Amino acid sequence: MNKKDKVAGMGNLNTVPFKTRVRPYLIVAPALIITVGIMIPFVMAIWYSLTNYSFSLPNHRFIGLKNWVNVISSFKFWNALVVSVLYGVCATAVELALGMGVAMLLNHLNNRLSKILRILLIFPLMVAPVTATIVWQLMLNSSVGIIEKFLNVFGIFNFPWAASPHTALLTVVIIDVWVNTAFMILLVLAGLQSLPKSPFESAKIDGGSAWFNFVNLTLPMLKPSLYIALLFRLMAALQEYAIIFSLTKGGPGDSLMSLSLTAYQTGFRFQKFGYALPFILVLWLIINITAKQIVKKQRTAQKQAAGLE
Amino acid sequence: MNRGKKRLLYVVQNILLIIYGIFALFPLLWMFIISLKSDTQVFTTTFLFTPTLENYKEVLLQSDYIKYMFNSLIVSGGAVIVSVIAGVPAAYALARYNFHRKEDLAFQILSFKFAPEILVVLPLFMIYQKIGLYDSYFGLIWVYQLISMPLLIWVVRGYFEDISVEIEYAAQVDGYTWYQIFFKMLAPLVKPGLVSSALLAFIFSWNSFTFPLILAGTKVQPITVAITKYLGTDTAHYGQLAVAATVSAVPAMIFALCIQKHLVRGLSFGAVKG
Repeated sequence: MNKKDKVAGMGNLNTVPFKTRVRPYLIVAPALIITVGIMIPFVMAIWYSLTNYSFSLPNHRFIGLKNWVNVISSFKFWNALVVSVLYGVCATAVELALGMGVAMLLNHLNNRLSKILRILLIFPLMVAPVTATIVWQLMLNSSVGIIEKFLNVFGIFNFPWAASPHTALLTVVIIDVWVNTAFMILLVLAGLQSLPKSPFESAKIDGGSAWFNFVNLTLPMLKPSLYIALLFRLMAALQEYAIIFSLTKGGPGDSLMSLSLTAYQTGFRFQKFGYALPFILVLWLIINITAKQIVKKQRTAQKQAAGLE
Repeated sequence: MNRGKKRLLYVVQNILLIIYGIFALFPLLWMFIISLKSDTQVFTTTFLFTPTLENYKEVLLQSDYIKYMFNSLIVSGGAVIVSVIAGVPAAYALARYNFHRKEDLAFQILSFKFAPEILVVLPLFMIYQKIGLYDSYFGLIWVYQLISMPLLIWVVRGYFEDISVEIEYAAQVDGYTWYQIFFKMLAPLVKPGLVSSALLAFIFSWNSFTFPLILAGTKVQPITVAITKYLGTDTAHYGQLAVAATVSAVPAMIFALCIQKHLVRGLSFGAVKG
């Protein structure tokens, strides 16, 4: 065997010995077996969504699309869908806007303040969602929280936060924004710092306004990074479970019952396992389709950005 | 723009940054402040009070909190070790070899990250009950692979891709075997990337909530689930709640400081090379 061929895949397939050809698969296999092993339940989920499986029943049988029809015709499902989408879109939109703003300030100022903040800002991102919820309960609580004291100054007493269906979504979105804006900041900042210098230098000579440069140069070249940040955040926010669960368990009423929480509640509290699965399978479908669209957009943006350089 | 205007703009920009800084950091400071207050001071004082370590003593010495932390450590540490052993070779293969359906395979691994956790965990709960993995370290370590494995493979793959193939050829010409090249030459080169993504995977596993909530009983319960006990019970002990939160957050923050240079790359799974 020629030594050079040992870095496999470099040679012609016909001349590479079998052992070398299968080596990459063998190397990937353990990782794949471990992860695929854990994904078997996912395939089972599709099957069980077609049965009346329940932890309280001794047996289960195939009941066709009954669960699906029942789920999709229920008010609960549409409410959950609205909550999930509203939460995902609101949290991601605020994080993206705020993250971009802060990242641009950090990049533009580049003074001592911005250098210290760049390091310290990652702290909320590293806090577990449950811990973040506790942190904010300590802030918002009407007896020990400092925000209550602050609002009292303005004559607002006992702002309900998570206790009222009208402000519950606002409260969880604030917590999500507090945790995850740093993710956007870091990604946008990295994108800003990798921008090529030359287009901006020629724009300076042309004498375009700051706004003109932002819209026509910075934004298009930043877009690929923005789409990646958007992809990661939106996919996670659409299925957010920990923050809502630890703050209100989906309440008050049904005001925070997202698809994830509804599926959990139906499956475990109400013991209707087969009936719980369509809720979460629909969410998975939404996530998958959205992710594909964003990836497509990201690729196009990358090509356009490359053209600008 | 004249000088005065520029000066004003600069001041406004700094103030905006400071406001965001307060929003991001003050809640953590407030948590720490409350953790040092006695049960009565929590209600009666704001910033001026006599700090006490009573809450820390109560949570760390008088309760099972240390046990839960230990559980978190075993499960997260175990998950990262498994991911490193199985994931690094996979990352190498995905970076270096060209084989049939390579990109499909890589995306398949990435897609695990986007699967809703509840979707995975509902059927898994039944299986774990049946095969006896419910409430076991092994069971949790296994399911945590969905958090740590995609991260590790994608990030480390990027670091392998950064190393030129030429030096591998050169070493082969010098007569080194594949294993020698991998461990003596490539491993040291990817080490910074590997260590940082392993730490990030550890943080994510440490913070994981949904998996252990459903798949762990009282025996292997990690800190994130145990902490909800402090949330539910009588609400007078805010100090203890603050201690529980502080103690669970500190390890992740320290690790994050160690890897801040590699953080962007890790968080974006290698997509953005910060």
